[in-house]
Amino acid sequence: MPHILVDNLRKTYRVSERDPGLRGALRGLLQRRHRTVEALSGVSFALERGELLGFIGPNGAGKSTTIKILSGILRPDGGRVEVDGRDPFADRERHVARIGVVFGQRTQLWWDLPVGDGFDLLRDIYRVDPQRYRKTRDELVALLHLERVLDQPVRQLSLGQRMRAEIAAALLHEPDILFLDEPTIGLDAPSKLAVRDFVRRANRERGTTVLLTTHDMHDIEALAQRVIVIGHGRVLADSPVEALRAQVMAERRLVVDFAQDATPPVQVDGATVHSRDGQTLVLDFDPKQTPAPALIARIAGAHAVEDIRLEGLAIEAVIARFYAMHGAAEA
Amino acid sequence: MGPRDLARPYVAAFVSRFLQMLQYRTAALAGFATQCWWGGIKVMVFAAFYSGSAIAGAASSMSLAQAITYTWLAQGLLVLMPWLGDPEVAQAARTGAVAYDRLRPVDAYALWFARTAGWIAARLLPRVALMAAFAAVALPLVGLGDWAWQLPANAMAGAAFLLSVVLGLLLSTAMVMLLNVATTAALNERGIQAVATPVVIVFSGNLLPLALLPDAWQTALLVQPLAGLFDIPARLYFGHLSGWHALAALGLQCFWIVALVAFGRMAMGRTMRSLQVQGG
Repeated sequence: MPHILVDNLRKTYRVSERDPGLRGALRGLLQRRHRTVEALSGVSFALERGELLGFIGPNGAGKSTTIKILSGILRPDGGRVEVDGRDPFADRERHVARIGVVFGQRTQLWWDLPVGDGFDLLRDIYRVDPQRYRKTRDELVALLHLERVLDQPVRQLSLGQRMRAEIAAALLHEPDILFLDEPTIGLDAPSKLAVRDFVRRANRERGTTVLLTTHDMHDIEALAQRVIVIGHGRVLADSPVEALRAQVMAERRLVVDFAQDATPPVQVDGATVHSRDGQTLVLDFDPKQTPAPALIARIAGAHAVEDIRLEGLAIEAVIARFYAMHGAAEA
Repeated sequence: MGPRDLARPYVAAFVSRFLQMLQYRTAALAGFATQCWWGGIKVMVFAAFYSGSAIAGAASSMSLAQAITYTWLAQGLLVLMPWLGDPEVAQAARTGAVAYDRLRPVDAYALWFARTAGWIAARLLPRVALMAAFAAVALPLVGLGDWAWQLPANAMAGAAFLLSVVLGLLLSTAMVMLLNVATTAALNERGIQAVATPVVIVFSGNLLPLALLPDAWQTALLVQPLAGLFDIPARLYFGHLSGWHALAALGLQCFWIVALVAFGRMAMGRTMRSLQVQGG
């Protein structure tokens, strides 16, 4: 049986609307207007024990909603969710004792309490055995480099420190499943690396099942074996990271600077012109059909060339194209 | 799971909030200063009121000395007045951090209740202590014994009063929980606060002893839930209620605690089912 099973999940929100300006405000007093937004329209997937799944999609695609339903915060409007055989909403108290959740944009630690006091409070709330707690906490503090912030109130931490503390807080009760909703948002490069490294270890060494949403494709490349692309409340792709990369990374880009006195060609066989700017020509090509050496040789042979640069399409650009292909970009 | 383990999260939540609030010394001192000021004004109003010969005999249920003691008690116990939801809950509702409370493997109502009780208790104790030091000790020392906070009628009355204040704390917490739930549903506490303040201050007896209000209202005034916040503890203090009447009054406080907790749990359940945590 899969560890997490999601079948045809549906969720709608009611949002209130009003016209801008004074007239809109006055009309809003008399007549409220609501619009139904379909956040999830039939999402299905399954996750085995010990898997690490990346969840990507544009803003408003339904990633966070899925996590909120899986963690028992929101009640779905339709479909079935089972986590370790439990219904997260109906069986909330038993369910949440076995999961850890981090929302990158919110804090679960108490703003005015020192980090260490917050950890102690979580120990009692989760009824963790005190000896076991000390061992887990010391491990987490060492791995996430939290020694120096334990005595500081949460409100005084930098974002990077806070996020590391948040992740430790979510793991003090040694959950089987970890839900991470944009855990690297707004972090600097070293903090991002620390978070990724830690998540990878938790997954590999403890066998924690991890579901992670992000907008940072480097998170996905560094961590996930499998990725689900979600858009408009539907699953657009569910495949291993390598397969997704092969599918959308087929294209390469060649940037050619022609010499001052040369005339850049209007078109080049085996490649499409992406853009041109003065003496610079940007070409896209599929390396399976036109091998890069052949293309470069052909151009350099026919024209006076100053410089040639070969670029893989940035994975961000690839994903943006993927969203556009599926009409999934945010309206 | 033994009873100790069962209670562990709630005890920890109470203690943590209690210790956290004790840190705010400036707020406690400022509150104390304000309460002394208003207490002084109320005492003078009472003195003028009682010296008017027409009234002195009519309001015989309470002497001037008792009215003055009543005033100091009311000022010392002011934070029992539930006109404000727990700001931590209000902030959590606005920022969406309330979602995290749903992620704890505990009874959500009981967890909030414990934290809110800690919030109230931590503001109550320093203010009572300061007020007692000022009105019961300092005033007689400087020769203003007539204006001082007097001892309770007898030891029994004192014990009943203490028990009643503890029940008043629980009752206040149950009421603040209703404000908390309403705040979560409405995402804003100001409107609720504006409505709650005048109602609470009059019907708890904090403004005037309920016994001084019209005779025809007395039964209704005594059984309504807000009387349990201050008026009942005060009547026990002066020995106006004793024996079976005292027990009945404590029982009434318990009844309102149970009723309001049941109502609060129901309201919270409803709010949480329709909770929408948007964005992010």
